[in-house]
Amino acid sequence: MQLVYFSGGSGNTARMIARLGLPATRLPLRASAPPVEVTSPFVLICPTYADGSGRHAVPKPVIRFLNNPAARALLRGVIASGNRNFGPTFARAGDVISAKCGVPVLYRFELAGTDTDLTRIRSGLARFAAFEKETSCLMQA
Amino acid sequence: MKDFICPRPVPRAVNWNRIEDDIDLDVWNRLTVNFWLPEKVPLSNDVQSWSQLTDEERQLTIRVFTGLTLLDTIQNGIGAPALMPDAITPHEEAVLSNIAFMEAVHARSYSSVFSTLCSTSEVEEAFRWSAENEHLQAKSRLILDEYDSPATPLKKKIASVFLESFLFYSGFYLPMHWSSRARLTNTADLIRLIIRDEAIHGYYIGYKFQRGYERLPEAERAELKEFAFSLLFDLYDIEARYAEQLYDGLGLTEDVKSFLHYNANKALQNLGFEALFPDDACKVNPAIMAALSPNSDENHDFFSGSGSSYVIGKAVATEDEDWDF
Repeated sequence: MQLVYFSGGSGNTARMIARLGLPATRLPLRASAPPVEVTSPFVLICPTYADGSGRHAVPKPVIRFLNNPAARALLRGVIASGNRNFGPTFARAGDVISAKCGVPVLYRFELAGTDTDLTRIRSGLARFAAFEKETSCLMQA
Repeated sequence: MKDFICPRPVPRAVNWNRIEDDIDLDVWNRLTVNFWLPEKVPLSNDVQSWSQLTDEERQLTIRVFTGLTLLDTIQNGIGAPALMPDAITPHEEAVLSNIAFMEAVHARSYSSVFSTLCSTSEVEEAFRWSAENEHLQAKSRLILDEYDSPATPLKKKIASVFLESFLFYSGFYLPMHWSSRARLTNTADLIRLIIRDEAIHGYYIGYKFQRGYERLPEAERAELKEFAFSLLFDLYDIEARYAEQLYDGLGLTEDVKSFLHYNANKALQNLGFEALFPDDACKVNPAIMAALSPNSDENHDFFSGSGSSYVIGKAVATEDEDWDF
């Protein structure tokens, strides 16, 4: 399963991806950058930037990317990050993307993630890829 | 003679239609949308709950809140203003002025709690206690020493992030503990508003730190990183003793320390550094985590749950003018 991620000013998501050690494509910050094209099913890793009422949780570069129907069609799940200090809006970007795109929130973590998070994400992604493969085989049968 | 005196530099007028760093505008918008005042929280609903606490629990709570008031006072009057001369953009100065003002709101809101729940003599005693408490004074001094050093702007930012993202948490623990036991729940709502603000402050100052840090030569970066970890160790030593002094009586010290480790790691991540405390030392009591972020139960996601079942799309605000679908 391919990974696509966005990382903003804090660089926390990028540091998490570096420690995860799996190939991943970074979404560009600038609207003027060439858009990222995906060709196979992928999981999106996305930080949260919500205000107190939960609005504007999904970073604009991620919205731009998901506005492309071809990219959306290949999205299988979302891993969302955030900070529990934001209370009920913690990792809200995951809930928004899940509701908009009809894909599951696979996992939530804080900031750059802990070692425990990395272990869970690695094994979770492996299980999810197997689960997805099985489901698509059943659908074809 | 007057012609030879170098004239006082006049700042550039701030133009919010010409943004040099998008994060300045993003953070300004978030901080202003999140603006609040203690009057919006119905603290008087906690009067009955307050009366059910023991004398020891009440004294502890007031003392913890005077300690938090001191940190907010420092950040309002000295900490955030000390960062202004180092601002790279005029917008950054404006954001820092918002941060400074919100710290004044936080400091003011503890007094709202006091005037709603406590007697004047109890409160006076606690303010005296905080002015004389060796640990509170020691951690304040360590931070103030950095704020007073104009030659090292990035060290000021490190100290500021440690105050915002680490030092408050020995105090924030207590209202979260009460909230997890359905005590002082309105006061906890107010504290959650403060925690939300401090999270943005720590993020923003940490972000500005990282922009300055990445421009430095390797040797200076190594020196700064060593300084950051060493300051954190020194602050942690004081915090551990402060926690023992406050929480030993209720048997909560070990629980508080896990919370301190967890928050120390998050403060380091705001600065772009790796965690210091291993995961095993950061196992925060789940009741405290639930009090911190209600409704964000980690067990219904695919990776943490039993495996093959998951729920899609809870009802959340998805409106944003940028979505095309």
